Amino acid sequence: MKRRHTVPLQRGWLVALLLVLILFLSILLPQLGILNLYLQQVIMYVGINIILTISLNLVNGYMGEFSVGHAGFMAIGAYVSSLLTVLVFPRSLGPFIFPLVLVLGGLAAALAGLMVALPSFKTRGDYLAIVTLAFNMIIKSVLENIDAIGGPRGFMGMSKLTNVAWVYIWVLLTVFAIRNFVFSSYGRGILSIREDEVAAELVSVNTRQAKILAFVISSFFAGVAGGLFAHVLQFINPRSFTILKSTDVLVMVYLGGIGSITGSILGASIYTVLLELLRPLGVWRWVVGPLMLVILMVTRPRGIFGLREARWLIPAEEVQADATATS
Amino acid sequence: MPLLQVKGLSHYFGGLKAVSDFNLDMEPGELVGIIGPNGAGKTTVFNLITGVYRPTEGQIWFNGHNLVGLQPHQIINKGIARTFQTIRLFKDLSVLDNVRIARYSQVQYSPWSSFLHTRWFGEEERKIREEALRLLGIFNLGSYAQALAKNLPYGEQRRLEIARALATKPRLLLLDEPAAGMNPGEIKRLMELIQWIRREFELTIILIEHQMRVVMGICERIQVLDFGETIAEGKPKEIQNHPRVLEAYLGKGVA
Repeated sequence: MKRRHTVPLQRGWLVALLLVLILFLSILLPQLGILNLYLQQVIMYVGINIILTISLNLVNGYMGEFSVGHAGFMAIGAYVSSLLTVLVFPRSLGPFIFPLVLVLGGLAAALAGLMVALPSFKTRGDYLAIVTLAFNMIIKSVLENIDAIGGPRGFMGMSKLTNVAWVYIWVLLTVFAIRNFVFSSYGRGILSIREDEVAAELVSVNTRQAKILAFVISSFFAGVAGGLFAHVLQFINPRSFTILKSTDVLVMVYLGGIGSITGSILGASIYTVLLELLRPLGVWRWVVGPLMLVILMVTRPRGIFGLREARWLIPAEEVQADATATS
Repeated sequence: MPLLQVKGLSHYFGGLKAVSDFNLDMEPGELVGIIGPNGAGKTTVFNLITGVYRPTEGQIWFNGHNLVGLQPHQIINKGIARTFQTIRLFKDLSVLDNVRIARYSQVQYSPWSSFLHTRWFGEEERKIREEALRLLGIFNLGSYAQALAKNLPYGEQRRLEIARALATKPRLLLLDEPAAGMNPGEIKRLMELIQWIRREFELTIILIEHQMRVVMGICERIQVLDFGETIAEGKPKEIQNHPRVLEAYLGKGVA
């Protein structure tokens, strides 16, 4: 009994130590000039894409709906956080209030997530996909038609507040929050909707509540990712958040594997880095990348890590239950 | 006071009368069977009681609550549970998760503490897991806890569905053709199981079944439906020789 408790604990400390070490590296390496600006940028995009992929996976992978409007939530986070740092708060405060600004951007996106969750009570599958698609188009059109925030020309003037360390911290927060959520009763409620919504209702799952939770959490993190994105690029315009951007995130979700955080981390990293590596191919990289996806879908339809999770992401209690069951 | 009181229940699918003027009073602890030919409206009655469909007419009272208009999960929370004609397990989830999901509405912690996995969260989750494992043990499914539901043998899947239903702690259990697809040996064990859970969990049970052996063997009262109408009700003996029942099953002329 004693041994059982100490093993996961030690493992936990080891993981924590490693994560803190990486945090220091993420601060130090750019400062010492070991990571050049290009590499920093790629790493930040990988991180932002990981956040987007995990958050979309909650709705598409864990809950089994098909949302194709993730960029819409991202846009809301990007615009709200940019407006806050440029127009509302004094520029000198920027670095200090940046986390708060990101959270506010996330909350604004979460509010939009709530609005999209409401039609999901009555609609599902392909029809809900159309609803999310329409939502994405509405967001883009609205942004294009508000002149105060630049309209179709876009919005700029943000300081470069996002750095490798902040992206890293938000990736950790996303992984931590969504992993914990998935391994809870609420998370299991979301899984049960994917498996059989009617049966879920009939074993006491409040599916409306579960859907709201999934959409709100998912869009919150998409909004945060949007805020990070806006403060890397220092320029956003409505065309950055079209259905094409949403499709990119979808590709990363299905490449990595549905219903898996490990898969999302892998999918986002591989796809982002691959497209960078293929840059010398010019336009052809848009053929090679997707072609790999086709091959993967044919040979491994569930993606790299579909419906599975790396051991270190599974809570110790769950692993323990595993051990007692197989003995 | 009856535990369940169904009064004048009718349901139409467009112009089709699926159930008409269905009445049923059940005292706590009773075991009532509903039989009838295919398409007689038996499963529709279950769907009406559990809120999957909203009745066109009629009232459903359970334990002093009016169930009409409630969402299914709210009805389940009042103490009704059911199984399905065709198995509807959460196939790609573990056997343990299948049962734990049925504790969804009883969870005491907020979504916030599920983000942080607080101590309170841990305590509650431990309770849920232990209860689920205990229930699986009772149903001889303990060794399958981590297996995916879809990988269980058929009979085990049927048992798991009953275990999952009981995890919601019902007072009234609706069993929809539990013996479908079972061989005689399995049917015999199923009958024993139903009798046993009825005593052990102090259940009131409504049973839809085609296998006459099961219905005649364990039901105290039987209600026969045909084309949505109740054509006979009474003790198994009375039903067996009721002319309208024979007519519904075998056709005119035989009776």
